[in-house]
This record gives sequence, C-alpha cells and structure tokens, in this order.
Amino acid sequence: MKITEKEVRYVANLANLELSEEEIARMAHDMDEILTHMDKLNELDTSGVEPMAQVLYEAEETATLRADEERPGLGSEKAVANAANSGAGFFKVPLVIER
Amino acid sequence: MSATRTAVDYEAVIGLEVHVQLATKTKIFCGCPTSFGAPPNTNVCPVCLGLPGALPVLNKPAVEMAVQAALALGCQVRPSSIFARKNYFYPDLPKGYQISQYDKPVAEHGVVEIEVNGVTKRIGVTRVHMEDDAGKSIHEGFKDSPLNTYVDLNRCGTPLIEIVSEPDMRTSDEAYAYLTELKQILEFCGVSTCDMEKGHLRCDANVSVRPRGQEKFGTKAEVKNLNSFRFLKMALDYEIERQIGVIEEGGKVVQETRLYNPNTGETASMRSKEHAHDYRYFPEPDLLPLKISDKWLSEIKAAMPELPAARRTRFIEQYGLRDYDAQVLTSTRELSDYFERAAKASADPKLAANWVMGDLMGELKADGKEITDSPIPAENLGELVTLIAKGELSGKLAKAIFPKMLATGDAASAIMEREGLKQISDTGALGAILDEVIAANPKQVEQYKSGKTTVMGFFVGQVMKASKGQANPALVNQMLKDKLG
Repeated sequence: MKITEKEVRYVANLANLELSEEEIARMAHDMDEILTHMDKLNELDTSGVEPMAQVLYEAEETATLRADEERPGLGSEKAVANAANSGAGFFKVPLVIER
Repeated sequence: MSATRTAVDYEAVIGLEVHVQLATKTKIFCGCPTSFGAPPNTNVCPVCLGLPGALPVLNKPAVEMAVQAALALGCQVRPSSIFARKNYFYPDLPKGYQISQYDKPVAEHGVVEIEVNGVTKRIGVTRVHMEDDAGKSIHEGFKDSPLNTYVDLNRCGTPLIEIVSEPDMRTSDEAYAYLTELKQILEFCGVSTCDMEKGHLRCDANVSVRPRGQEKFGTKAEVKNLNSFRFLKMALDYEIERQIGVIEEGGKVVQETRLYNPNTGETASMRSKEHAHDYRYFPEPDLLPLKISDKWLSEIKAAMPELPAARRTRFIEQYGLRDYDAQVLTSTRELSDYFERAAKASADPKLAANWVMGDLMGELKADGKEITDSPIPAENLGELVTLIAKGELSGKLAKAIFPKMLATGDAASAIMEREGLKQISDTGALGAILDEVIAANPKQVEQYKSGKTTVMGFFVGQVMKASKGQANPALVNQMLKDKLG
C-alpha cells in the first residue's frame, strides 16, 4: 500500500471532510491506485523538462493582464443574498473562537 | 543547560514577514475598488466572493508595483513566476484558498541596509511574492456577537506583496530598523501608503534564541499581530525573554504560532494553528504564469523614483546639507519633495533646510499636521529664504512674517507689500532715524565716545525699534559707526 488510512484521515481533516469508515477504506484503495499509476508515469525520465504549470501559454509576456480600472461591485444586498445567515450587510457565521 | 547562563549569554535570531498593501485603485484579480471604510460587502463581485465559475484576471499595475518594490529591495525579478493556491478554511476566505506564489515568486535575493548604533548591517530579503488579501472577521460589537462572527469581504482580493527576510536580525532594535527602512523604501517607491493603522503594512516575526557562539538555530516561534513599530519591539523583547526563560528552566521551545496581545504585552500560543501549516500548495490553474519580459522590466525600472539612500547622498552633495539634516529631510518622500521644491525656489538651500526642519515642521507638528497639509507652498517658503539671503528681509522680520504666511498661505513678498513691511535699506531714510535716536540719547553717545563701544548694541536696538524692525541691520551698524565717529 502506498497510502495508509491514517493519511486519508489526515487529508480528509485538512479538506474539512467527514468520511465514514467505509469511505476511508475506499479512498485509501482509490488513492493507492492513483499513486501506483503515478509510479508508472515516473518511469519516464523528466529531469531535463521544465515543470508545466499551465497548458495554455507560451509567450514572452503575459497578455491577459487587466488595467487598474474600477468596476462597480455587486452591493451588499446581492452579495449576502445566498448566505445562510446575514445581518447589517454582513455575512454571519457561527462564532469563530480563535484565529 | 548551564545554570550560570544569563540573558546576555543568549542571542536571538529574527526574521520578518511583512505584508504590504499595494496602492492600486482596484483589487488584484477583479475591478472592485480597494477603498478603505466602505460599507460592508459593497466592494465585492463574483471573483472576490469566490463564486463558482468566476475567473481571476491579474491587475497589471499591481504587477508593476510589486516589481518596483522588488527592485527597490535589490531583488532579482524572475522572468516567469507562478501563482499557487494556498489552501485553508476560514470564514473570511470565501474561495477556500488564497492565491499566492510558492516556489516561483516574482522576485528573490534582495538586501536591505540598516544602521543601528552607528553600525551598518545588511539584512537579506529571501523573496517578494504577490497574493490576495482575505476579508475581515468581526468578533465583537454586535448584540449577537457571543453567538455569531460577522464577515465583511470588502478587503478580499486586495493586492498584497509579502516580503520575507532572511533570519539575519539579532535584536529587536535591528528588526525595528529593518521595518523602518523597508517602510521608507516602499513609501518612496509609491507602491504603498504603508499606513499601519489601516493595515497596509502588517508584520509577523520568526523568533528563536541560541547560546551565543552556537551556530545552529534554536527552535523558532512565529509571532503574529505586530501591527505597529512599538508592538514589534515590545513583542520581540517579550518573546526573546520568554524563550530564554523556557530554556533556562530546562524546558524546550515549541515550534508554534503565537499571538501578541498589546494589552498585556505578552505572546500566547494559538493552538488552532497547530495543523495549519500543511497548506497543500499547487499551481493556480485559473492563472497563466506571470511572464515579465526584459522590455517590460526595463520600462518598470525606468519609471522608478529616486530611493531614500540615493536622495540623502544627493542632498548632501547638491545642497551642502549636513548628514543629519539630509537624514531628517528624506524621512518621507513628501517631506523630501517639499524641501527640494523650496530649495530650488530659494537662493540658499541650507537656509531653506533650516526653515523647513525648524519653523515649518515645528508649527505643523504643533497643529498635528503633516508636511502635505502645509498651508505654505514650498515655492513660497523658498521665496522667503531668498528674501532673507538677499538681505531684503531681516531674520527678525522674517520671523514676524512667517506666522502670516502660515495663516494665509500668501507669499512673503505679498505680505510685505500689503503691510508695508519692506526692509529699509535707503540711507536717506535710515539716516533720519539714526539722527533722531542719537539726538534722544546724549548720555549713551557720551559713553560710546569715551570708549564704551558696547553701547552700539543699544543704538542698533533703538533704531530697529523706531523702524518697527524694518531697518537693514547691517546697514544700521555701518552707518552708526560712521555717525558716532
């Protein structure tokens, strides 16, 4: 096994996911297969290849930049319209104890 | 641990992480305004709210400001840098990740020179990277605050640079000097207003201690919430002492995040951050790599303003200022710009420096004003200095006119004209006043003639009084000597 259930629990915790025991077992199995596949890919020597962060682009200068021009915002009424709880223009969330 | 060790046997190792808000009009990835103090959740849009499907578009001037800051800090700018997602959950981070830069930041390998107690030291700058800011959580002030946290996302997406230093500082004074120098450089560049009260400049510190002479670093703690210069110094002093205390008592410093509490002057562990250091960075798929061509880089370089250190040296050479005066006059870009305009409009830059630092700064400070609020335009102060330098205005008369300039903003020449305050350098008019004064004081004339030349001062005083301070003092002296024989 390339990945343990302990590691699955750790990653799930970081991702704010609550998984059942059954799901944890399944995730461990699935992720293990993914990593096995990665091993296959790793057989290729890529030491001389620049890691690719984006498939879209190859130019000397980024062409998709924006001018510093204001656009009106949504306004608070629309902004909080879908919030589970709101008031006085704010989103409200259950008390955050400590940052 | 040896029981005989004391605080002086330890040395602190300090590195600073400074977040700086860039002075753009709009956010880093959308066109929402960055204005401070807007009603909650008004300056927000699908991009900065992290709504599904919204795509970020990078603000070009934000990149240029980041690059300017990096160049001013002596960094090497990467031709290609990559944005990355830093993943964590918090209510004021609606996307669930911060868009930052990770292994390929916009710039690296800079240096900031500081001076503490006359000793110059170079502090390395590890990296400068760009990122977006989070919103604001408000934990108190509402009726239901014991139950709910209020979230305002106006600040979400505000462009920041993070400047990470090498662990090159050894005392809180060095950290203070570094932050001071950094702030000054950034202000001069015009890339940030660096207003700490508004959170435009925020500072975290990595602190550890080690026995003096030991090369290996001790275990560090990260201290957060150092949002004023005073707090930075107090928090560092507290934390250094705390860590020495822990070691002296046979304990071990724990690697953790600690929050500085300005009310108690202490730092306290933030247990909630224990797991927070696994951010699972990965390249931001919604943004292209940031490519900065040589051409663009040289355009940005060409637009760079003069930096404080260069300006200090130039003031000394060009205007003959003393080292200390040049230091004071370059403490902010606004002050140095003001002085330079005044100096150029004056016939005597050194005298202009004295008036700016003395009378003007004194009055402004008394009124709680900054140089940018000066009611006297720099050119008018320069003219006042010229009038003094040319002998058209005595120092005394200048001091009398200055408050009027301050009150009205008018030029000295206009005030002199209006109030008939011109200096009297006409020998005919002066001769008449002298004759009157001599005739009215026969006793003092007698004393002078019998060799008591110190009464000369008395005569000059009488003439100045009779002329309402308008007589040209040099001329009065000369004419009195002639007349009294």
